[in-house]
Amino acid sequence: MPTPNVDARNDTAPYARYVQHLQAGELAYQFSTVAERAVFFPRVRCPYSGKDCLEWRISAGVGTVYSTSVVYPRTGAPYNVALIDLDEGFRMMSRVVTDDPLQVIIGQRVRFQSTVEEGVDDPIPVFHPLEHQA
Amino acid sequence: MSNDFRSGRAAIVGAAESDLGAVGDAYSAMDLMAQGVYRALDDCGLGIGDVDGLFCATTQNRLAGLALAEYLNLPEAYIDSTSTGGSSFMGHLVRAEAAIAAGLCQVAVVAYGSTQRSLGRKNTSRPEWNPYESPFKPFLPPTAYALAAARHMHQFGTTREQLAEVAVAAREWALMNPVAWEKNPLTVDEVLASRMLSYPLTIRDCCLVSDGGGAIVLTTPERARALSVAPVYLLGSGHCTTHQTISNMPDLTNTGARVSGSLAYAQAGLTSSDIDVVGLYDAFTINTILFLEDLGFCAKGEGGDFVSGGRIAPGGTLPVNTNGGGLSYCHPGMYGIFLLIEAVRQLRGQCGERQVNGAEVALAHGNGGVLSSQYTVILGGAATV
Repeated sequence: MPTPNVDARNDTAPYARYVQHLQAGELAYQFSTVAERAVFFPRVRCPYSGKDCLEWRISAGVGTVYSTSVVYPRTGAPYNVALIDLDEGFRMMSRVVTDDPLQVIIGQRVRFQSTVEEGVDDPIPVFHPLEHQA
Repeated sequence: MSNDFRSGRAAIVGAAESDLGAVGDAYSAMDLMAQGVYRALDDCGLGIGDVDGLFCATTQNRLAGLALAEYLNLPEAYIDSTSTGGSSFMGHLVRAEAAIAAGLCQVAVVAYGSTQRSLGRKNTSRPEWNPYESPFKPFLPPTAYALAAARHMHQFGTTREQLAEVAVAAREWALMNPVAWEKNPLTVDEVLASRMLSYPLTIRDCCLVSDGGGAIVLTTPERARALSVAPVYLLGSGHCTTHQTISNMPDLTNTGARVSGSLAYAQAGLTSSDIDVVGLYDAFTINTILFLEDLGFCAKGEGGDFVSGGRIAPGGTLPVNTNGGGLSYCHPGMYGIFLLIEAVRQLRGQCGERQVNGAEVALAHGNGGVLSSQYTVILGGAATV
């Protein structure tokens, strides 16, 4: 049965829930219990089954750089844009924070941090290189 | 498209560009779209009063179909203004052909217009805020294609020099096209040394930002026979949408062209070896490499090698983007219509210095969004139907 408008609450929107977790320092994603796989970006229903089977989970925040670019703006310093594959099986766009954005490499292991960016209302997820692994 | 598709239900009879390049900001997108329509009708000997189907898209009019009906004064025309980005016009062609076969219209135009260069990209194609991408300031669309290029380089050892070979080949073709924007030769070293936009893509790995428009005209086989032009037919088509945003592309080195191409070949009963002239939506140099692989002209991962040594340039073994492409001929925001126009002209033998001798089958592959929408059409002359 459709939800009456009077009960519609903006804070249950998928993006709002995602942001609530970022505000708590957490990277949240959805998991489809039917398709048994991660879902990202957050949705109102599972894109693999169409069913109401999405549960929210918290990522461990560790992933691998899937691809990387460096944008050269007309003014200002070059900066990194990367696609990160999280270990739980979902991909997102982000930035790897380093001194030299050209040093970000595909396959590099990275760790999530929630951060607040000037000019952006909500916190965003960025990534830092993982310390040297044995 | 359904399995009962058969070619020959409608014929492409007219094709023309509007003014291209830099037309000035007093012109509107609809001026160029209409100019393309009138010229394409002149090209085949039909008049505006014959037109009863309008298929169009532009980034500058949200209601493009209504705008074109108003401009051309065609209140009763059948309208389809679906947008799948730069690949829209392949879809328009497929649906115009089907609409004629279904009796919805008898003379259809597929049209585009843009004043992107004169008005500026920011004013003609407003970016949409996406909370999962926009905060990271990707320079779109180039950064999306740069991510695909970087991944291709990582997986297959493709080099920036090989990407540059694509731009150089396009430039060589453009020098044989009188209406191409670029007029001077280009070298691999010049591509590598030009301004970096989004690593690994320099400004010479990216398409032009030009003004321009164009149109093709389709009609019934019966009406086509009464015209003094060689008809061109749709032999097969396929479409695949793998994503809209680049962070949702399943695999950055495998595009939906693999699916769209397979569908188109199957429908046409042809393979890549049957294609005489190839048009690939080269918004960026990596596109040509990806589409050559995904459409079966070379194996996955071998696109960089394939484009080297002038193989897709004039005098090479496979003529690709004979008009000079989006890289060197024109690229007014959405480029798909220009691939169709060049395919028709090649099949009619009208391409002068750059004509591919004996071209009977042409492939035109459209791309929309950020490798998001892949739309392949295969066209042939009367002998192929």
